[in-house]
Amino acid sequence: MESTQYLFKKFKVGLKAMLSDKIGVLGISILLIIILLSAISPYIFPLQSRADPTQIFQPPSGENWLGTDHMGRDIWPQIANGGRGLLLLAFITASISVMIGIFLGTAAPLIGGKFDEILLFFADVWLTIPRFPLLVVLSGFFNLTSYVLALVLAILSWAGLFRSIRAEVLSLKEREYVEAAKMLDLSMIHVIFKEITPNMMPFIIMNFTLMMRHAIYAQVGLFFLGLLPLEVNWGVMLNIAWAQGAIYHPDALWFILAPAIAISLLILSLVWINRSLENLFNPVLRTDHDD
Amino acid sequence: MPSNPVDIYVNELISSHGISVEAARSRASALYALDLDMPVWRQYISYLGNLIQGNMGQSIRSPGVRVSTIIRARLPWTLFTVGSGLIISTILGIVLGTISAFKRDKWYEPIITGSASIISAIPDFLIGIFLIIFFGIITWFGMDRPLLPIQSMRGTHTMGLSIDDGFTYIRDIFAHGMFPIITYVLAQIGMWVLLMKGSTTSTLKKEYVKLAEARGLSNTKIMSKYVARNAFLPIATEFAMRMGFILGGSLIIEQLFVYEGLGLELLNAVHGRDYPVMQGILLIITACIVFSNLFAELIYGALDPRTRRGE
Repeated sequence: MESTQYLFKKFKVGLKAMLSDKIGVLGISILLIIILLSAISPYIFPLQSRADPTQIFQPPSGENWLGTDHMGRDIWPQIANGGRGLLLLAFITASISVMIGIFLGTAAPLIGGKFDEILLFFADVWLTIPRFPLLVVLSGFFNLTSYVLALVLAILSWAGLFRSIRAEVLSLKEREYVEAAKMLDLSMIHVIFKEITPNMMPFIIMNFTLMMRHAIYAQVGLFFLGLLPLEVNWGVMLNIAWAQGAIYHPDALWFILAPAIAISLLILSLVWINRSLENLFNPVLRTDHDD
Repeated sequence: MPSNPVDIYVNELISSHGISVEAARSRASALYALDLDMPVWRQYISYLGNLIQGNMGQSIRSPGVRVSTIIRARLPWTLFTVGSGLIISTILGIVLGTISAFKRDKWYEPIITGSASIISAIPDFLIGIFLIIFFGIITWFGMDRPLLPIQSMRGTHTMGLSIDDGFTYIRDIFAHGMFPIITYVLAQIGMWVLLMKGSTTSTLKKEYVKLAEARGLSNTKIMSKYVARNAFLPIATEFAMRMGFILGGSLIIEQLFVYEGLGLELLNAVHGRDYPVMQGILLIITACIVFSNLFAELIYGALDPRTRRGE
């Protein structure tokens, strides 16, 4: 119980420090708004499925906040509902890849020897794989559903995470408390999850937001290229707007701008959160206010 | 789940052209330059053997055209646009990054760093879309048409022009490559600015720079002899690494501007299920990454004597 209280206290201190960073606050606010919208919009802004040929490419108005699309449907509900899938998938991808990263990245330096060498070699080879082109080719072979895509994305990006977590663990490994735990003959699982992982939590959270960003980029890219099954999300909206030639109708500007701006905001919020965490936990890296 | 591209192709041939199994198989084996009766590992060895001789088989979509011919036709365009984008963004990034590291008390420094961090976060294809909208779609106030005729700027060059047309041709390929190049520049410049600013700032704080200042050396000398070389290290490695992704990073941008480079060819191959072409292009992209990783290590060794071993 004491440790929970301690964690909570630490969390509060961290939150306080983070709130003093304007960019971080902006990032968190944008992300929270997107999450909130994703949660409530199925009830408040339901998708409009019926096409209305008389209302094609209407400019924004009181009724259609962001105008209408090529089938005369309101764009705003599509924007409000379009972030959910992307966020969820990015979250799953980041969780899987961070789990793989933590497990291999801590196990390798702790076990050491040949195991470490072989994994490191594999990671180096893995890093030369061109990820996005390979994803494009894979989606030509297989029907990548959301969950399969999350898994594939996570597996494709294990190597980078493995290397950075391994480097972090190498420096933590020599600390006294890890030595002490080892001398007490505590299990490897205990050392990994109770001693080392909590001490690199900030580092892991940073990598988590970074992974989410990569996952969103890859997803939106594949959706934009029309290589994934169609559903309602910002990438698909971009793809449809593009395929409908919406970009060449000056009236349809909102149809393509709305998802493009939404995606940019989502990624910017993740980047800003990442940067403010970095400032928070690595004051050495701070370049703005030094000397 | 399709397992084997050759099987898929054979099945397609049988069902769509109504030809016999033998005929379909012999056609497929001619395409891939494979003997389908051999075990798979022997086929793979013979594929590798062909590969060493530069033979990657033939395209399915355009039978008779060799994959290597297609790649040779597309590769220069991608190298041209992505390469120019990389070089221009690196140079601009180094200049802006150095300025913002030295003038940290000036009013424009937060503007440079702020825009750099925003622009480096936005995905490259969205930058492309924003550019198209800004220059090619919106008719700005007081004008009768958009700033640039975006539709006629598609493709790699105007039909009918060739290298024999001299200067006209060069101007034409730059006009057509302009949008992709600007997109690559904008997509990367923020990263370069931040990287250069960070590494210069941390070098400026080093003791040997302080000592050089104390010795009364001139600013130019401190900059060129003490700061530049060390601040340059991360830039050089990053540059070499990025060279590797020169071919793979162009997929969506080329689709966006209908620029017939390697990336667009790969996409078309995926849509047309042209397996030999997909395989060939992916191979070229990977080879490019492997070689530039090697190059990065060499550069690092040359610039930083500490990493050299066995001396």
